[in-house]
Amino acid sequence: MALTRRYLHLLRPVFSARLLTTASTSPISIETSLPFTGHNIDPPSRSVQTSPHELLSFFRDMALMRRMEIAADSLYKAKLIRGFCHLYDGQEAVAIGMEAAITRKDCIITAYRDHCLFLGRGGTLLEAFAELMGRKDGCSKGKGGSMHFYKKESGFYGGHGIVGAQIPLGCGLAFAQKYSKDDNVTFMMYGDGAANQGQLFEALNMAALWDLPAILVCENNHYGMGTAEWRAAKSPSYFKRGDYVPGLKVDGMDALAVKQACKFAKEHALKNGPIILEMDTYRYHGHSMSDPGSTYRTRDEISGIRQERDPVERIRKLILAHDLATEKEMKDTEKEIRKEVDEAIAKAKEIPSPDPAELFTNVYVKGLGVEAFGADRKELRAVLP
Amino acid sequence: MAAALLHGVGSTTPLSSVNYNNSRRSLPGYVVHERKRASFLIQCYGSLLPGSKIGINRAAKLSTNAVTTKQDNVTASTTSKPGHELLLFEALREGLEEEMERDPRVCVMGEDVGHYGGSYKVTKGLADKYGDLRVLDTPIAENSFTGMGIGAAMTGLRPIVEGMNMGFLLLAFNQISNNCGMLHYTSGGQFEIPIVIRGPGGVGRQLGAEHSQRLESYFQSIPGIQMVACSTPYNAKGLMKAAIRSDNPVILFEHVLLYNLKERVPDEEYVLNLEEAEMVRMGEHVTILTYSRMRYHVMQAAKTLVNKGYDPEVIDIRSLKPFDLHTIGNSVKKTHRVVIVEECMRTGGIGASLTASINEHFHDYLDAPIVCLSSQDVPTPYAGTLEDWTVVQPAQIVATVEQLCQ
Repeated sequence: MALTRRYLHLLRPVFSARLLTTASTSPISIETSLPFTGHNIDPPSRSVQTSPHELLSFFRDMALMRRMEIAADSLYKAKLIRGFCHLYDGQEAVAIGMEAAITRKDCIITAYRDHCLFLGRGGTLLEAFAELMGRKDGCSKGKGGSMHFYKKESGFYGGHGIVGAQIPLGCGLAFAQKYSKDDNVTFMMYGDGAANQGQLFEALNMAALWDLPAILVCENNHYGMGTAEWRAAKSPSYFKRGDYVPGLKVDGMDALAVKQACKFAKEHALKNGPIILEMDTYRYHGHSMSDPGSTYRTRDEISGIRQERDPVERIRKLILAHDLATEKEMKDTEKEIRKEVDEAIAKAKEIPSPDPAELFTNVYVKGLGVEAFGADRKELRAVLP
Repeated sequence: MAAALLHGVGSTTPLSSVNYNNSRRSLPGYVVHERKRASFLIQCYGSLLPGSKIGINRAAKLSTNAVTTKQDNVTASTTSKPGHELLLFEALREGLEEEMERDPRVCVMGEDVGHYGGSYKVTKGLADKYGDLRVLDTPIAENSFTGMGIGAAMTGLRPIVEGMNMGFLLLAFNQISNNCGMLHYTSGGQFEIPIVIRGPGGVGRQLGAEHSQRLESYFQSIPGIQMVACSTPYNAKGLMKAAIRSDNPVILFEHVLLYNLKERVPDEEYVLNLEEAEMVRMGEHVTILTYSRMRYHVMQAAKTLVNKGYDPEVIDIRSLKPFDLHTIGNSVKKTHRVVIVEECMRTGGIGASLTASINEHFHDYLDAPIVCLSSQDVPTPYAGTLEDWTVVQPAQIVATVEQLCQ
């Protein structure tokens, strides 16, 4: 470790990119903060294999996600983002840890708190901000909005507004993977609020019945909109709810624990069928930007978690403890990230709104439904109401 | 435009070769395969074949199955073609099987479709042939297995979701409306949902209120879906195949009482146009628009009307969303009077939308207000006599036409 440090000192001003490229990939073994708890399954070991490169990239990516969500907060208050805006800050470790354990061929499907997962799957800041502001170069051409981010090429299936409706869809993704026999898995993400939906249990039953490669990830941030989990669920051990499906409880604020659990889950799902992962995590913002987030929980609770369990801080401390970078280098990285985000926002603000004609495109695959053509499709016969 | 009556035997030969030549003039989006298609009929009055996306090996089935005397028999329009007789559910099965054979991505899911063979025998024998994963028996969880079908469609599979009775699909309304209909739009075109949702609906024989649902009126506002209703074995098979090949989500409405209708269908492969209406009987005095089971009530009434000296034009609209305003419009321009006979309820039904649509576009051509005969706005009662009074009967149709034509 000392060698790496000396080597870094020899370089000219270290930009975070260079920091990453020069960092080694030699393995480091780190223990997770808490042991895993298993239900009907032996939990994986607490010690996780990682590398300096991975830790530095975790830091960078999580800081980027954090910065993006904070920027989205200000944009919403400036009325550039309208409607609903559900922010993910505090939960970044889940997105990052999951990405580290899987490939782009595996599918992820989630509900409306999807900005950071989109970024993790390879979405760009520009696409994200343009979509949030309803501009035409957004990832869904400005027609989806905050709750409808998708990226088909990277296996990110969105982005769904109705609580719990994405779970049967995820079951379908896993079914298609089993049908094409392609050794990939689907991560179906939902929250502690959605965990009480009937469709979850229907989907669980079907996934277990047909051994679908499905991993159900419950992002338990302890509040279903404004209702605390103990007021909504008789049994808040969401990982045990599967009964015949094994479950694992993971500290969702520790990116390394998440990575370990997802790797373990992927191996399990490919061999033995579905498994539930409960990520114990927390969101700093309210449910959405319309919710102050302080009427059902105390500010002390929020700042307490921020001090003790914040995912970005944890990685920062790990990096410093293992001498992978200096304080100053990490601060520089954060400054760079801030600049990157600001630039993306500035560029996104320049992008125009979608063309009015776009109102009617993509309703049907071939554009029918608005104009009825003659039998030979050559003349416009009538415009349908 | 003399759209010929393609009902049953013998009339197809010359028209189909004409159609074939028309369609060969490379209409946008239509892919023509030369010699392999020699015996492939496009029975669509010269219209475009929807969703002809290839990528699957189509060479095999066609040449071995098709009757190759097609081209030789151009002049023999009076000799009856062989064809084969099928009941409507068998026609659906034949269409389904041909599509499953043709494209390995086509799969079926629903309750009792596999080992049991389908509650109306539409999928009988398919599980033995294609395996349990491809013809999937689901638990009784409509919301989830419809959602599962939609999720599978997002990745490129072409599932057919069967609702044992259409009414049960009300449980899956969220999935059908928000995910099935809207995902293509909200993802900016990234995901296509080539799913077919089908099942029997309509008023049966004393099945009770909950099992006599007509969902076409509930689903008609959902943007992004297409709805078709089949009424004869011939159009059932053609529409089934067209729906499977379409890249849009299609809801295919069948009727519980029509499954045992028998008709002769062509031996050759044929696909119908999803957006097109069918001219059942040409006439001069009044246009009667109908679909599904009411077609038969209308035809029965038509017999009586003809005896009384009237000449009704009967159109089976088939496409419930979008309406084929071209065929309908031409008919309205000819007859200037419209009667709509449907089985869904009066309030907010297909007839209501169709009335509004025709009034909007063809108001100048109407000599009288449009009359819409629909089922009563009541839950379908169990008692047989009451149930008969819920739906439109031929006598009412006759009386209405007489009054309209004065």
